[in-house]
Amino acid sequence: MEIKQTALAGTLESSDIQITLSQGNEGIQIDLDSSVEALYGPQIKKVITDTLAAYDIENAKVKAVDKGALDCVIKARTMAAAQRALGTVDKPNWEVL
Amino acid sequence: MKNNAGREIPEEFLNDRKAFESTEIGHPEIQRTAPKVRVSTGDDKVVESIEDVVKSTVKDGMTISFHHHLREGDFIFNKVMDCIINLGIKDLTLAPSSLTNTMNDKVVEAIKAGTITNITSSGMRGSLGEAVSHGLLKNPVIFRSHGNRARSIENGEIKIDVAFLGVPNADRLGNANGMTGDAAFGSLGYALMDANYANKVVLLTDNLVDYPNTPASIKQTQVDYVVKVDQVGDPDRIGTGATRFTKNPKDLKIAKMVNDVIIHSPYFKQGFSFQTGSGGSALAVARFLRQSMIDNHITASFALGGITKPIVDLLEEGLVQKVMDVQDFDKGAATSMKENKNQQEIDASWYADPENKGAMVDQLDIAILSALEIDTNFNVNVMTGSNGVIRGAIGGHQDAATSKMTIICAPLTRGRIATVVPAVSTVVTPGDSIDVLVTEAGIAVNPKRQDLVEAFKKVPGLPLVSIEELQQRAEKIVGKPQPLQFTDRTVALVTYRDGSLIDVIKQVKD
Amino acid sequence: MEERLRRTMMFVPGNNAGMVKDAGIYGADSIMFDLEDSVSMDQKDAARMLVYEALQTQDYGDAELVVRVNGIDTPYFRNDVFAMVKAGIQVVRLPKVESAQMMLDLVKVVEEAEKKFNIPVGTTHVMAAIESARGVMKALEIAESTDRMIGLALSAEDYTTDMKTHRYPDGAELEFARNMILHAARAAGIAAFDTVFTNMNDIEGFQRETEHIHQLGFDGKSLVNPRQIDWVNKVYEPSKAEIENALDVEAAIEEAHEKGSGVISMNGQMVDRPVVLRAQRVIRLAKASGLINEDGEYIEE
Repeated sequence: MEIKQTALAGTLESSDIQITLSQGNEGIQIDLDSSVEALYGPQIKKVITDTLAAYDIENAKVKAVDKGALDCVIKARTMAAAQRALGTVDKPNWEVL
Repeated sequence: MKNNAGREIPEEFLNDRKAFESTEIGHPEIQRTAPKVRVSTGDDKVVESIEDVVKSTVKDGMTISFHHHLREGDFIFNKVMDCIINLGIKDLTLAPSSLTNTMNDKVVEAIKAGTITNITSSGMRGSLGEAVSHGLLKNPVIFRSHGNRARSIENGEIKIDVAFLGVPNADRLGNANGMTGDAAFGSLGYALMDANYANKVVLLTDNLVDYPNTPASIKQTQVDYVVKVDQVGDPDRIGTGATRFTKNPKDLKIAKMVNDVIIHSPYFKQGFSFQTGSGGSALAVARFLRQSMIDNHITASFALGGITKPIVDLLEEGLVQKVMDVQDFDKGAATSMKENKNQQEIDASWYADPENKGAMVDQLDIAILSALEIDTNFNVNVMTGSNGVIRGAIGGHQDAATSKMTIICAPLTRGRIATVVPAVSTVVTPGDSIDVLVTEAGIAVNPKRQDLVEAFKKVPGLPLVSIEELQQRAEKIVGKPQPLQFTDRTVALVTYRDGSLIDVIKQVKD
Repeated sequence: MEERLRRTMMFVPGNNAGMVKDAGIYGADSIMFDLEDSVSMDQKDAARMLVYEALQTQDYGDAELVVRVNGIDTPYFRNDVFAMVKAGIQVVRLPKVESAQMMLDLVKVVEEAEKKFNIPVGTTHVMAAIESARGVMKALEIAESTDRMIGLALSAEDYTTDMKTHRYPDGAELEFARNMILHAARAAGIAAFDTVFTNMNDIEGFQRETEHIHQLGFDGKSLVNPRQIDWVNKVYEPSKAEIENALDVEAAIEEAHEKGSGVISMNGQMVDRPVVLRAQRVIRLAKASGLINEDGEYIEE
């Protein structure tokens, strides 16, 4: 699926993560800023990549500002950003959700 | 070799120190040292400028000290260090009671200039902790608890050549206390060690008062120089206005659980004693404890350690008989010392020195302490953060943990960081001295304390769990982290209160 | 319907990651994730996904899990219900209910979602928030509208506005609504939840209100802050005399059981069914309050 518009989901509050998705053409490129990068950097990136894959998004630039979010929050915010970027907010992909 | 806390200690540091063996101090005979005295009648002490006094006292290779009672409002440290750096003095050992954030950048500057080449402190944070963890200082920092610092000063391990002590009042001969003046901070507890044992004692004050100044915590018999400065510190940053009770529901839940542990323990009886930290949960315990003391008609013989207004309130209400005060965390506690004769200033040795003829911590029933991390052996880390970087202080943690019942209170997780872990990144306080862990997810009692297990088992509503279960629950929430990466280089030694090596901190890998 | 304690129903803003994550640690009997008023219009999708993911992964212990979906006339309603049913929520709470038909409309969507996601039809329960004069007057038909109903909740902010008044400390303006909702709930055999109390600084006022609704017979109260949980539980704690009497009743039941007798008697008197039911509720409360130990004995303070 192609990203139609740059979209953002999530907040900068503690335990949250803010995901910004924009068009890219070199696969999934993640720019991660996290206070727990040393401990969970690869895991955070994996959750984002896997979630985008579930929406068939193969090319995207991802800016992720993490404030200690759990995997379930990372997934939820990536899902929200993906649906917004794809312009399908009103039609959730029930296979993913 | 592996020490008795299970930590690998490089042999190179075991030449002049032993590895940690036990929390038991025993009854060794200790030889204490005494300072050199330059004899004076006292009429020549007042000096015009910091530069003059630095020039005549500080030489290459010396050990200099400061106290941290002015906390984040300290103006003294940076002024004196500026002068020392500018004079081109090298190879100093910095031996303050602790380092606050306001000193960080100046220490980094002094290390880069070659002015400071060794540091011993209770702790460090912020940019300084980062710099040291990344290998800025060639020689490892030596971290000591407040009790251990007192011990090391007394037995000569730390030989202070010049102590620079900021005080909110002093007369021309150096009689001073911490209680009055714009920069009043209350107890001078940590600084009293320096005043007693440094070869040269320099007081810096913005408040030169008539001679003789009483009550005198630091006495004219100890002081070499008195320097008048514009301002000792920023009153608004020395202590927070009044420490407020937390409204964070998680902290409150933990505090209530801690109180339940206390009141169902065998130590909650007439004349008991306690120490609480100044953190969210630890402080909130005071409020729950107050109600329990009223309900059960019990009063405490003393409260110990770093003091806050809520503890002073208990004193004024008659629920606590004496406050034994080594340091004040807020203005309320700082200013009440002069009103309350039962708020007794104590020095760090009286407070916590393990090699003493009896320290207050040895008489302590209950200590409520915090933790960055605690592992399944109950070892506690209050020194390094989740990324392995130095960002804390031993403070009185190891010392107070010798109480009859030491309770660690901490949330199970902070953000995505587990507090209860398989192994702490740095052992500061050995699990042998920790009795109970209270988290919002349950209470774990050290299996060595079957008496407490029995006492708490009978209490319905006390959620007793094993510490392994708490660790697993935390891991289930945050996931399994990848291990931190360190180089082989040691950047800091963590000593136990008896001076033995309990752990080392390695340089973080970038 | 399974009888369970519902002293405390804690509101959790659905788009707040920290609060959603920690909702399970405070011991609330019910946790109500909110997708409605606490979530701004442009975050409805994000909140829905956050709550969905949290329900899939987080451990909320024994708490009953409730979600307040957006109103039936909003564009979010259908997606909210589908997502929450898929997540396996126990109870869907519909706001601003004014008729039995609204509940039936909700149930229709719930059933559709259950079928779509292969969840046995009837698994998901529902409850209604009464927030208007009309809703109060229709309380009984709403309470009896569907087998899936577990409770009615009074929502006083909207209700008092509808009634051209506002909230007063003595709560007189809510008395009729409280009694209507409570009677409707009891008549239908479901739970009744009192409204929230939002002023966290007025602890005495909260206490007074909780004691009042406890006396009326409400199951419990909706809460805006976890700190209120202990305060409610304290009010609902049974007295020593109540517990001891309940334990005696339980012993009498046991004795009758052993004898194979259908008649329960205590001190020579026959024990009526209401007494048995009350005793069982007292014991449930006493256990939840930690006033009875594992052996079923009363704990002296």
